[in-house]
Amino acid sequence: MSDECYDVAIIGAGATGAAVARRLAAYELRVVLLEKCVDVCFGVSKANSGIIHAGFHHPVTSLKARLEIRGNLMFEQLHHELGFPFKRVGILVAAFSEEEMKTVQRLYQQGMANGVPRLEICSSERMRLLEPKLNPDVVGGLYAPTGGIIEPYRYVFALVENAQRNGVTLKTEFEVAEARHDGDAYTILSRRGDRIRAVRVVNAAGLYADEVSRIFGGEEFKIIPRKGEEFLLERNAAGLPRQVIFPVPGRHTKGILVIPTVEGTMMVGPTATEVEDKEDRATTAEHLEMVFAQAVQMVPVISRREIITSFSGSRPVLEGNDFFIDISKKAPHFIQAAGIQSPGLTASPAVAEYIKDLLKQDGLALVEKSAFDPTLPPVPRVREMSTAQLAAMAAQDPRYGHIACRCETVSEAEIVEAIRRGHATLDGIKFYTRAGMGRCQGGFCTYKVLKIIARETGLPMEAITKRGDGSYVLSHRIAPDMLAGEVGHA
Amino acid sequence: MRERQYDAVVIGGGAAGMAAALRITGAGYATAIVEREEGLGGILMQCIHNGFGLHRFKEELTGPEFAERLIEQVNTSKIDVFLKTTVMEITPDKDSRKLVVCGPDTGVMQLNARAVVLAMGCRERNRGNLGIPGTRPSGIFTAGLAQRLINIEGYVPGRRVVIIGSGDIGLIMARRLHWVGAEVLGVVEILPYPSGITRNIVQCLQDFHIPLYLSHVVTRIDGRDRVEGVEVAPLENGAPDKSRAFPIACDTVLLSVGLIPENELSQHAGVRIGHDTGGPVVDARLMTNLEGVFACGNVLHVHDLVDWVAEEAERCGDGVVAYLEAGAVPMKQGAVTPGANVKYVVPHHYLPGQDAHFSLRALIVKDRAELLVRRAGSVIKRRVLRHVKPAEMIYFKISGEELPPSPAREAPASLEIAVE
Repeated sequence: MSDECYDVAIIGAGATGAAVARRLAAYELRVVLLEKCVDVCFGVSKANSGIIHAGFHHPVTSLKARLEIRGNLMFEQLHHELGFPFKRVGILVAAFSEEEMKTVQRLYQQGMANGVPRLEICSSERMRLLEPKLNPDVVGGLYAPTGGIIEPYRYVFALVENAQRNGVTLKTEFEVAEARHDGDAYTILSRRGDRIRAVRVVNAAGLYADEVSRIFGGEEFKIIPRKGEEFLLERNAAGLPRQVIFPVPGRHTKGILVIPTVEGTMMVGPTATEVEDKEDRATTAEHLEMVFAQAVQMVPVISRREIITSFSGSRPVLEGNDFFIDISKKAPHFIQAAGIQSPGLTASPAVAEYIKDLLKQDGLALVEKSAFDPTLPPVPRVREMSTAQLAAMAAQDPRYGHIACRCETVSEAEIVEAIRRGHATLDGIKFYTRAGMGRCQGGFCTYKVLKIIARETGLPMEAITKRGDGSYVLSHRIAPDMLAGEVGHA
Repeated sequence: MRERQYDAVVIGGGAAGMAAALRITGAGYATAIVEREEGLGGILMQCIHNGFGLHRFKEELTGPEFAERLIEQVNTSKIDVFLKTTVMEITPDKDSRKLVVCGPDTGVMQLNARAVVLAMGCRERNRGNLGIPGTRPSGIFTAGLAQRLINIEGYVPGRRVVIIGSGDIGLIMARRLHWVGAEVLGVVEILPYPSGITRNIVQCLQDFHIPLYLSHVVTRIDGRDRVEGVEVAPLENGAPDKSRAFPIACDTVLLSVGLIPENELSQHAGVRIGHDTGGPVVDARLMTNLEGVFACGNVLHVHDLVDWVAEEAERCGDGVVAYLEAGAVPMKQGAVTPGANVKYVVPHHYLPGQDAHFSLRALIVKDRAELLVRRAGSVIKRRVLRHVKPAEMIYFKISGEELPPSPAREAPASLEIAVE
């Protein structure tokens, strides 16, 4: 039996791969999206800060600056079509010395050259008017009203769902192990022994883009993981700002930011440390100290008492710091999308457009699909309903009336919906619904979510994982002879 | 939307909510309890160990047995109980409080009540709140969640366990895990003394030879998919001494590092929260700054014994009854403030001429300490305490005679309560 053959295989279901999949879904093509993890958005994109950058941080000569600006402008339409939360809250860069104001001037010039709309330099007074929580020592700064915030996983989930609804195949737990080109197409083997064929391949493998390139015989390069640690603070945190607040940037990073999330929590971070291990997800006490010291410098009312969790992720950095998006000069019909670090999320819709053009240049015939539907039906969420809407929904389906996650107000119905859409791990459900993402961090809802997963999937409780692989949650059932209560022993 | 009228609606059907509701219904007022779980009893239902009720019932009961005594009374009373029902919002008005509630059986409903009792209990402090560094694998649980998984759901979370924090739930869980066949490799406590009560140190750790590392911290959690181990270091001058750090291989980490009153609903309604208790600031009758909204139990401040929760809740119920009969307290109340070595005192006010019950937490560990109540600078009451420590709440009563009214038109002098 011949293997299924796709026109395009996209490796990696993060923001880049998902955006490419959704873009290609508009054409008469057989497209497969391959993801090594158990769910999409489980790699680099999971730990993204969710900022839609305005486009003043990078020089006009860089590819990333061009794609950043273009991507930024595409988010309104995507938000309307796909329904993920998006707010243009604006970005402030706060300067605390005249020296820093010189950098602000440079950023302003750079932003103007890049074509950032409505960029302005602000006095100290205007900065404090825009953001009353800023340290009054602020000397002035930059204001970019076009900056915004999204929830990265909701964005990626929406892109993938929309791609799937328009015919794209998603294969999770497909970690590319081997690839051979036989003149017509690639045969791609997964680590678990699955096999597919594809004529063209897009390498959007994030931290592993170097390894994937090697497997396909593409360019040799090295992805350097640059780890960022971030801290999440609860809803209604005292320091919750109106805009995203940046310090004046250092040479390589944008510095420690104070970020209002689109769902009403806030984040501080990220750090930037180059690490050896691509899977290094550890946070450290030193960085927590550093992050808070710097965040409090900008917004003094930020309180450490309000931290609910910390996390880290690594940016896939290439030497030279720019994106590497091009048709491979070594591997046939192989498109590289490597080094997509910040502002990769912002740029992703423009990256997808760019890659679509490269595929065309490589000879791919693009015939528009008349049935392409760019929209997604909204997923009902109790958190977003009025009392009257909730009453109507709960009357129709009582599971909307059962609030399983009290901190983020997530109903049983939403969890069931997430599972039906393929998110059947604790983390998958958390990212899809926010159950377990709030102040108690799953202390109250974890057992409820486990029971709903077991009921809906038929999995035994011990087989449910946090995020696939060996991340089981429960070790085993209590042996019957140990079921006796405590009183007998005491 | 359907509407129901009550004199009082109690939010939370645990020990506090039931005890308060029983008191209010006992005075003849129409009362409802709104409980989000499937049954009454609250967290007691998963506390299957014994040691409850020694003060209240003069016998040793398990958590469910203690709860059952209250549940039976609720079931034979006129109290309306809404189970599997979550309060979405409280809107305070001048004359009544409106609560929007929702549940799979009840749908969405509005309950109108002259008085509301907040009795939502508390949540567990988690890893993020502490900023414990390391990776984020599966296998990290708060002790209460692990207790639920074992005692109600029937599953063991892991085989080799390290417990962070020596709070009572953690100690109880050390023994429980041992009994279900898991190996408890140690309890790591940052303080130089245990956070749990002495009885639990002896009966849950010492009796099973489980090591207790005092003045130690977990400096790192390791593991990619599942917990693989922790690094533990002794504290030296308040900072972890990395040179003496040692690893413990384990697959599970339990956290028993304190409780936080669950006041998001209260805060949203406009209830003022005290910094040191994490609960509402209340007057002598346990009424919050919002008229007709009262609070008791662990939502007010974290208790260490359920017996005291129930007792406080009954006083709260009495406060509600007095309010329903005569409205808010007409006379001026005196402030109660923490003095030396005291973290907080609840309630935050007293009524001159009336008996007052106070709960307080010390900030020090000391033998033969003295409790001192000062009013306008002079000591009006002294009591010798055999042993004080932050983990054990101090309760005391001052009679109305000891709190005479101030001269007319003067605000009552404030009380300062110290442990010296």
